Order: sequence, then C-alpha cells, then structure tokens
Amino acid sequence: MLTFRKGFKDGLPIALGYISVSFAFGMLAVEKGLPLWSPILLSISNFTGTGQFAGIDLISSNAGLYEVIFTILVINIRYMLMSLSLSQRLDKDVSVLQRMIISFGNTDEIFGVCIQQKEPLTMRYMMGIILCAYSGWNAGTILGVLVSSALPAMVRTALGIALYAMFIAIIIPPARDSKPVMKVVLLSVLLSCVFRFVPVIQGLGSGWIIIICGVISAGLGAYFFPLDIGYPADEVHNDGEVRK
Amino acid sequence: MSMQKILLVILIMALCTYLPRMLPLALFRKKIKNQYISSLLCYLPYGILAAMVFPDIFSSTASVISGIAGTVTALVLAYRRRGLLPVAVSACAAVFITERILALMGIL
Repeated sequence: MLTFRKGFKDGLPIALGYISVSFAFGMLAVEKGLPLWSPILLSISNFTGTGQFAGIDLISSNAGLYEVIFTILVINIRYMLMSLSLSQRLDKDVSVLQRMIISFGNTDEIFGVCIQQKEPLTMRYMMGIILCAYSGWNAGTILGVLVSSALPAMVRTALGIALYAMFIAIIIPPARDSKPVMKVVLLSVLLSCVFRFVPVIQGLGSGWIIIICGVISAGLGAYFFPLDIGYPADEVHNDGEVRK
Repeated sequence: MSMQKILLVILIMALCTYLPRMLPLALFRKKIKNQYISSLLCYLPYGILAAMVFPDIFSSTASVISGIAGTVTALVLAYRRRGLLPVAVSACAAVFITERILALMGIL
C-alpha cells in the first residue's frame, strides 16, 4: 500500500541529494551578488534545479522579463511530458485539486522514483515523497546562503564552475548512451560558441542565444532522429543518482 | 536589479515552472501523439543545457586556464558516470588547485 510513510521513506535519498545541490545553489546565488533572501524565496516558490540556476544568471545579468519567461518556459517544457506520463499513473481517486498540488512537486527525481512504483500512486504517497524532498531542497538552500557569506574569495571563485560542472554531469551520460543526443549536444555547443562572436546575435542576450541554440539543435535532432517513445529511456532516472 | 524587479522575476519564474508541470497533469489524460513534437521535447533539455555551459564555463572562474582545467575534469568524470555532486566538487577542486599554482607562478 502506498502510504504517506512509504512516500516519505522513498523521498529520503532524494532529499539528501537535494541538500547538496541546493546548498551549491544557495552559495552560487550569493556569490553572484543576489540578495540573501532571493535564493531562499526561489527555492520555496520554484522547487526546480535547472530553472533556478538559470534564474541566478538572469537576475545577476539584469535580464528582461520576456527573456525570463522564455528561458524558464523552454527549460521547463520537458516537465509537460513528465506530467503527462505521471497523470496516467495516479490513482483514480486523486482529484483535480490534488493533481494541482502534486504537480508542484513533479521534479525529475520524484518523477523517476514514482514511475518505478507498481501500484497506482495515491495522494498520501505523493505528499510523503514531495514533502520530504521539498524539505531537503529548502534546508540545503538556506545552509548554502549562510555558509557562502563566510567563505574566503579564493574558495568562492573556484565555486563559479560548480553549476556548469553539474550541467555537464547531467548531459554527458545520456550523450554517451545515445548518438542523437550527443549530436544535439555538439551542435548546440558549436552554435553557442559561434553566436558569441556574431555581432547581431551577440546583442540578443545570453538567454535568447541559449533558446535559439537549443531549439535549432533539438529541432534538427527530432527531424533526423525521431524517437518512438515519448522520452528517451535515460530521461527517467532509475539509478538513484541525483541529477537535478 | 531592484528588489521589486527581483520579486517580479521570481514570481514569473514560479509561474513558468508550475504551469508546464500543472496543466498536463490537471487537464490532459492523453499522450502526445505527434512524433516530431515529442522527439523535439526530448532533445530540448540537452540542447539548452549544452548551450548554457559552453562557452560560458571557460570564463566562470578567475582565469581561462583554471576554467579549462575544471571543464576537462568535469567532462572526464561525467563520462565515467560519476554523480552530479562528485563531478561538481571535483571540478571546483581542479579550479582551486590550478588557481593556487597559477598564483604561485605569478600568472594570476
């Protein structure tokens, strides 16, 4: 039976992984000059990895509101697929209002653990796993913010690469497993590097360049290497690794 | 950025994160049938993340040399399927060590 207790227990490894990632998030936000309350508010209200890290860049570069909307929407568009998939697995007793609550906690890792369950997912189970992971995410953020203010400069400049290294850890294993993903990644890197030196495109702001590179590379990837299933197998993280 | 604008950005971000998660879960019960669209949605995160990392990663530290050292470290460890945290910590350590060496050599 998928109880609250079982959900909370399944959420513990996720929470532990989240503490370390959101710890880095809190530190990076402070390092980039954001006011101390803003990363904490971001974690409470957003509860997402990539989007929040991108948010640090958007805020510190004083991005325009449309740039914010498009960047965050494009980053999060994959959640539409995960939510579609999750919706098929929820218990039939879960109401629309409950679905609206659950969807706030549909992160990569929670999704990954949930779809491993054989029984239909109950509201109690979902609340257990989400509350546990959400607590870890916010605790890590607060710790990161507090610790960052106390770190010397030579340590802080070394932390500047943490976010990018994490993204590398997210994209390289699937790129190694799938040639189409590798080609999409390489094309996007190439476009991104070229665009930084093209005068007109350069002026667009990094958020737009990222969207253009992502859409062109993924668009060509989808054209030349269409997938049979809704998402590649490695999009579902079954190995317990935290890749938020 | 002013406090008001940061609050507005965070609110917009929260909506742009919540809505793509909520709408399909609350409204749709069917799966996307269009193969091109579903494939595009699959590849999109990788394309986006790759463009976010390169070339910015090289200028994310105090020197391009330490940036390259950290990038290579991250690429090698990620290729060997190390987790997110070990990759990030090792890249930071590589940058830190490289920058100390550069400082000793008087380059940094």
